[in-house]
Amino acid sequence: MTVPLEYFVIVAAALFMTGAVGFLIRRNLLVLLMSIELMLNAVNLTLVAFNRQHVGGHAGQIFTFFIIAIAAAEAAVGLAIVLAFFRLRSTVRSDDADLLRN
Amino acid sequence: MNKLELAFFGLCSVIALLGAIVTVGAKNPIRGAMGLLSTIIGIAGLYLMLAAEFLAAIQLLVYAGAVVILFLFVIMLLGPSAQSKRDARGAVARYVGAAALLVSGLGAMALVMRTQPSTPTALPAVPPQFGTIESIGHELFSTALVPFELSGALLLVAVIGAVAVARGKQVDPTLLPAADAKPAQTPSPTARTAGQTKEARS
Repeated sequence: MTVPLEYFVIVAAALFMTGAVGFLIRRNLLVLLMSIELMLNAVNLTLVAFNRQHVGGHAGQIFTFFIIAIAAAEAAVGLAIVLAFFRLRSTVRSDDADLLRN
Repeated sequence: MNKLELAFFGLCSVIALLGAIVTVGAKNPIRGAMGLLSTIIGIAGLYLMLAAEFLAAIQLLVYAGAVVILFLFVIMLLGPSAQSKRDARGAVARYVGAAALLVSGLGAMALVMRTQPSTPTALPAVPPQFGTIESIGHELFSTALVPFELSGALLLVAVIGAVAVARGKQVDPTLLPAADAKPAQTPSPTARTAGQTKEARS
């Protein structure tokens, strides 16, 4: 008997909550982007685990493939925005991103 | 349940969860990137357990090989200012929000666990060709062909957009009047002080 499905889902839920809590409590833009990557990874793990239960097709794995591609694009554009913001304000704190305030 | 499989599962999930906690909690972003790397490696191990060999390889190639390296490059470019200073402004609201999210998440998990049958769901046997490159590639180029091509277009747009955003304003340094005025100006105070000291000495 293999490791049951629930264990994988619990690990994925714990990973997702770690990422979400990190996104809420941290203010460093780089750490925020890393927390987003954590959450995307947790969702990927859930998709792959459920696809393992329904072995008739590969829908979950295909979804995961596309999510990985989109996460890579998101990281590239997000880090470019962080660099542009740093050039403007010389900081990476998300609280200082108030250029449009007032 | 196979002891060895359970041990591998425990190892991978502990690596992933510890990495996630380091990512979120580390003060230094480089340590955070290393934590993200460990999470990614742990999840790749879990993919291997779930008979997704192709995705495990993609995970290591794309995440560990590209995304984490990109993070490290940006941290290197920012230098010491990548580590933002801690201050208490609005900290209470953020921590209360995070605690509320944690409580609701744990509550949802507990509710789901209560509706589950007491015996855990056993996974079915893996058919041959499940999760291999051949079968995923076949599906990718037949049923998922349109999104596959669109993701190629998305990556192209992301590359161009990242370069356009990160490049900033490019100024030719030879056109700046300050560029050739500066080297002429900067030696003068030192020359003056040198002259003064020479005068004082004489």
